[in-house]
Amino acid sequence: MHHIYCPYCEEIREEEEYSYTGEAHIERPKDPQAISDDAWADYIFFRTNPRGIHHEMWYHAAGCRRYFNATRDTQSYEIHETYKMGELPTFIAPTKSAPTKSAQTSASQRGDAS
Amino acid sequence: MKKYSGFSLFKHSLSHHENWQAAWRSPQPKKQYDIIIIGGGGHGLATAYYLAKVHGITNVAVLEKGYLGGGNTARNTTIVRSNYLWDEASKLYDHSLDLWKDLSQDLNYNVMFSQRGVLNLGHNLQDMRDIERRVNANRLNGIDGVVLNTAEVKEIVPIINDSPNIRYPVLGASWQATAGVARHDAVAWGFARGADSHGVDLIQQCEVTDIITEDGAVVGVQTTLGFIGSNKVACVTAGNSGVMAAMVGLRLPIESRPLQALVSEPIKPILDTVVMSNAVHAYVSQSDKGDLVIGAGADSFNGYGQRGSFHVVEHTLSAICELFPMFSRVRMNRAWGGIVDTCPDACPIVSKTSIKGLYFNCGWGTGGFKATPGSGHVFAHTLAHDEAHPLAAPFTLDRFSTGHLIDEHGAAGVAH
Repeated sequence: MHHIYCPYCEEIREEEEYSYTGEAHIERPKDPQAISDDAWADYIFFRTNPRGIHHEMWYHAAGCRRYFNATRDTQSYEIHETYKMGELPTFIAPTKSAPTKSAQTSASQRGDAS
Repeated sequence: MKKYSGFSLFKHSLSHHENWQAAWRSPQPKKQYDIIIIGGGGHGLATAYYLAKVHGITNVAVLEKGYLGGGNTARNTTIVRSNYLWDEASKLYDHSLDLWKDLSQDLNYNVMFSQRGVLNLGHNLQDMRDIERRVNANRLNGIDGVVLNTAEVKEIVPIINDSPNIRYPVLGASWQATAGVARHDAVAWGFARGADSHGVDLIQQCEVTDIITEDGAVVGVQTTLGFIGSNKVACVTAGNSGVMAAMVGLRLPIESRPLQALVSEPIKPILDTVVMSNAVHAYVSQSDKGDLVIGAGADSFNGYGQRGSFHVVEHTLSAICELFPMFSRVRMNRAWGGIVDTCPDACPIVSKTSIKGLYFNCGWGTGGFKATPGSGHVFAHTLAHDEAHPLAAPFTLDRFSTGHLIDEHGAAGVAH
């Protein structure tokens, strides 16, 4: 069980008070009508799912009922930091650049000269 | 490969069973293969076996970073059933169930498939409505199923608590009599032995560290044993699929979660079927060895740690103890976690990708064991023909763009 520091309550509480709500820093497309189905699928369904450092959202369901972000290692389960919505993480994975294409998005680009 | 038989058992007993032929070779990797399969679990080994047997493609390597069948194949609760709601999924899982029936004979390896039936319990009116809908859908697809009331459930499982006064009373269940369990290790070993006897190289302790592409096409993989070339690479890596995809800069609609199971100390035979409840999240069966095999829930967060949270176990065991009060004093022997590759619609991905020659078979999530033979069978077709098997066609990556998702969250045993 994780012990998670809520940046709003400023307290360490047990995991059962929280709900995990998935990868953080995914921006909703500004104009959904203008983008392709593949790009929309990428926004809705495709995830980075790294083994290692992961920026993710948690919801303090049985506490302040606010969303916040955490930087957690998905292999060791160590939580490096939690931070408020709108803030940026200070702990970044020291790996090569994260993949940005979804398998689907790039499928539609097959055949493009590159 | 020498055939296993009653006679061979007798013959080897004369030499104290010390001269059995090894079940498979341990070859050094060749420089080039027609097809490389990454992941030596049940699905990967089944894929290799059917590639060789059905399609005659034997210049194949299975690369496994640990040992064969040491991942989720060794970590599941061995339930086999096909009572899925939608046509696409029920056909795929029923295809697998058909293969299970003759698998021991086909592989000449006893996978101990036991069709002891599976109960899916309902605890409230809506559960029962969903169960009726699903059973009706199953029967229309030729899959056996009946809806039982409380008394009928009690008849099949006399030790279940049928009191109407418990927090989640048993109002009834769906019953698939042809469902059951199989011996998980034997499935991996049987497929491994079968694939090896057809000439497939099974290479253990060989971790793929990179997938090499040139001009948008796969040319091979970099491993801890050096570079191995192939124009077709198939990832069958369950929870690690996202890690494999990242090697070529792709993402998948998959999140990896720890899913737990646990077994008790061995007790005398008491439960001769499989009891599952989605609502209170408990499922339990008894192995031939006598231990209760219990499936707990998945952790809510992404994780690769192959261990789960204790409160998840506690939740499951409180439900088991309410349904089976006599289990309350049984001691648990071992608990473990496997990393399951959960998909947004609780259905698998058996698909080509945007990179030529790179294929994925993943997303089986919390219920992949039952599909082992069927998954290998249809995926082998996809690899051999570079075109999806008809049963696998609905399960490509395209469905996330077209919107043709197959929502099996109700039929999947574990909420995710």
